[in-house]
Amino acid sequence: MAFQPIKFYQTGTFTVGNRLLPPETRSVQANMRRTNSLNSGHRACQGCGEALGARYAIDAAMSATANQLVAVNATGCLEVFSTPYPETSWQIPWIHSLFGNAAAVATGVAAALKVKNRKHVRVIAQGGDGGTTDIGFGCLSGMFERNDDVLYVCYDNEAYMNTGVQRSSATPPAARTATTMAVGSEPGNVFGQGKNLPAIAMAHEIPYVATATIADLRDLEYKVKRAMEIRGARYLHIFVSCPLGWGHESELSIRIARLAQETGLFPVFEAKRGEVTGVSKIRRQKPVEDYLRPQKRFAHLFAPSPHVETIAAIQAIADRNIRRYGLLDGAAA
Amino acid sequence: MRKPFAITLDPGSSLANHTGTWRTFRPVYVDRLPPCNSACPAGENVQGWLAHAESGDYEAAWRLLTEDNPMPAVMGRVCYHPCETKCNRGELDDAVGINSVERFLGDEAIRHGWKFDAPAGSSGKRVLIVGAGPSGLSAAYHLARAGHAVAVHEAGPVAGGMMRFGIPKYRLPRAVLEAEIARILALGVELKLNAKVANILDAMKAHSFDAAFLAVGAHIGKRAYIPAGSSSKILDAVSVLRSMEGEAKPMLGRRVVVYGGGNTALDVARTAKRLGATDAIIVYRRTREKMPAHDSELEEALQEGVLVKWLSTIKQAGESSLTVEKMLLDDKGFPQPTGELETLEADSLVLALGQDVDLSLLEGVPGLAIENGVVKVGPNMMTGHAGIFAGGDMVPSERTVTVAVGHGKKAARHIDSWLRGATYAKPAAHAPAGFDRLNTWYYSDAPKTLRPTLDTVRRQSTFEEVTQGLDETNALYEARRCLSCGNCFECDNCYGVCPDNAVVKLGPGRRFEVNYDYCKGCGLCAEECPCGAIDMVAENN
Repeated sequence: MAFQPIKFYQTGTFTVGNRLLPPETRSVQANMRRTNSLNSGHRACQGCGEALGARYAIDAAMSATANQLVAVNATGCLEVFSTPYPETSWQIPWIHSLFGNAAAVATGVAAALKVKNRKHVRVIAQGGDGGTTDIGFGCLSGMFERNDDVLYVCYDNEAYMNTGVQRSSATPPAARTATTMAVGSEPGNVFGQGKNLPAIAMAHEIPYVATATIADLRDLEYKVKRAMEIRGARYLHIFVSCPLGWGHESELSIRIARLAQETGLFPVFEAKRGEVTGVSKIRRQKPVEDYLRPQKRFAHLFAPSPHVETIAAIQAIADRNIRRYGLLDGAAA
Repeated sequence: MRKPFAITLDPGSSLANHTGTWRTFRPVYVDRLPPCNSACPAGENVQGWLAHAESGDYEAAWRLLTEDNPMPAVMGRVCYHPCETKCNRGELDDAVGINSVERFLGDEAIRHGWKFDAPAGSSGKRVLIVGAGPSGLSAAYHLARAGHAVAVHEAGPVAGGMMRFGIPKYRLPRAVLEAEIARILALGVELKLNAKVANILDAMKAHSFDAAFLAVGAHIGKRAYIPAGSSSKILDAVSVLRSMEGEAKPMLGRRVVVYGGGNTALDVARTAKRLGATDAIIVYRRTREKMPAHDSELEEALQEGVLVKWLSTIKQAGESSLTVEKMLLDDKGFPQPTGELETLEADSLVLALGQDVDLSLLEGVPGLAIENGVVKVGPNMMTGHAGIFAGGDMVPSERTVTVAVGHGKKAARHIDSWLRGATYAKPAAHAPAGFDRLNTWYYSDAPKTLRPTLDTVRRQSTFEEVTQGLDETNALYEARRCLSCGNCFECDNCYGVCPDNAVVKLGPGRRFEVNYDYCKGCGLCAEECPCGAIDMVAENN
């Protein structure tokens, strides 16, 4: 089952904290003594969804492992903005090697800890969608296949943001990037390509695969905690918005992520051994247009004249997700 | 830099990088005036006491409530709750049932015997209050708490004023009223019954009072000229309702016609039904939309079988019938006669056309101004005569219990200042907390709890209370539906959603502050604040 919201009126059901809840049922982020694994002073843009998602996930993992945690980081925004020499924002044991080998390094760290009989120290590998779905894909698939004791967290902002917003295999159709310009008869990224990495991870039949967004903190924390209770290869795919690369106002980062979930474009679910075991239902369904409009990467769909067919094709993707995962109450799972 | 093996950087060393310099807008915590507080005629801090009730601390809630209004159990029954009309939650699902929570708190206080804190000290000043109605009792309460010696002189045989003689028992059980009055008197307020003040200046002089608050109410039923036969039975509504408090109940007959469109007309018609009338018919000259009575009361009356003849006036009253003329609204919405007549069977006719004030006690008071039958008061509730204040139904205002209670509180503040030779300055109100400032995503859907009502049959035949109260579970649920519009309720959202850890949580009851060394001004905290308690303000440089 997916995370069950607390039925508690005014607060608690959807907010970060709740003064009326007993302390043990409050979120990690509401705690005055949360780890702040990714500390202040980092150089992420204003309103960075990835910085937020990383703190949410790693703080939750620290809480779940009694602070016995090592994180391995792929190259990407998260690494660059958090650790420009001679400073780092990380307040946990953290290692960076190359762009494509985070999963392999994490495998090595886990193996070393096993050899030293320190299996209580847990390992997380993390990276952006570029380091995960493209460059690090081989290492990651190997880590899954060997069922290494690592939680791999992908912060998906749907392009290579660090190097100037180039297309990745996680970039959605019709989105404008530096390499998929909004020109020609079918502007933006093409339809029908790219990788659905949560589905690929599920195809490896690893113990645990889940998706989450920065718009639903309690669900995200639940999934990290759940993942840390399991040994073996686990995969968590977190949808994080990027004000710079997507071209939306910095204060809308969470709203955009919420819209991705509420339109059905980003299905939020968890799966065990390749089978979906729980989905987060859509609470207030919205048309995809609500999600696309505030983002400049989709501006060419609305001006000078609306691309009705393209918008309909994106809506069809959302509708398919809703059908496939049963995202609406009453819809088949 | 000497570091252990394989360690290159100090943890958290990015703190040297003050990202606050990037900021062009800064988040600032604000407090806004919620619509409920703003709408309350008694000036209650509704949101404040709901917050205590939400955490289950009903006594703290009751204590905060009674800072402004000493009679929550009465209010929870008779107030027309403008707070709920204005409640922002009404735009989401239904308004928070503020009135029912207030009643729950009032009933809890009576059940547990909670008492008001004794006055801090004595000022040595004496204040005379004329009239023990809602306004007078409210002023007595606030003045006594401020340390003044208060004497209430009441013309009637019991205290309560219109709460007793105007509001029927099925809306306000007398035990509740008496409990709340007794608690006010327990503060040391002296109550003199059957003590009609003939002349205010003489009365003040005789007992050396330093100030007076007049709240005699409006108890004289207005008359309309209706040609009537000698044997026709015409009564006025105030007298009918007043006689309900005595031994001899009024004789209204089987078919009762009530003339008028205010709440009093409804009260009389509903009372007539309970006294055994087969027909209780209200004759009103305009339409339902124009009726001054509150819709909830009209609805309850209709449920009980009260009939209304809209757009009608009474031309003539005969022995057992009335002549009624149909009216038509003109362009300006005023009723105009059509000349079309009909006959209505009636054993009695009750006039509910409004009330006048008995102003005889003010004769010969210099400086006093009377306009349209009510006393003129300044913004400080003082009449034209220094030291004499007035409030309630005898001054120009909407005539409800809650407005009267509000007058009592306001006058008490000004009297208190006046006695100390100062002027009371009301603190500036916060800007309003509108619905558009809320991020309603964070509030879960929660429909309003309806209060149970008595069976219609019992409502038609007995004077039992029509509307029942909530139990604790319901009241808690209802309190927790409050959105806390415009004021931080410590949901931790700002603390959680800041990508830069720039929001500092200060602990329970102490809210949050922004660390401007690292706040980049992204605006996520303001955007994701459920209740609109954060503003983004442009930086000057």
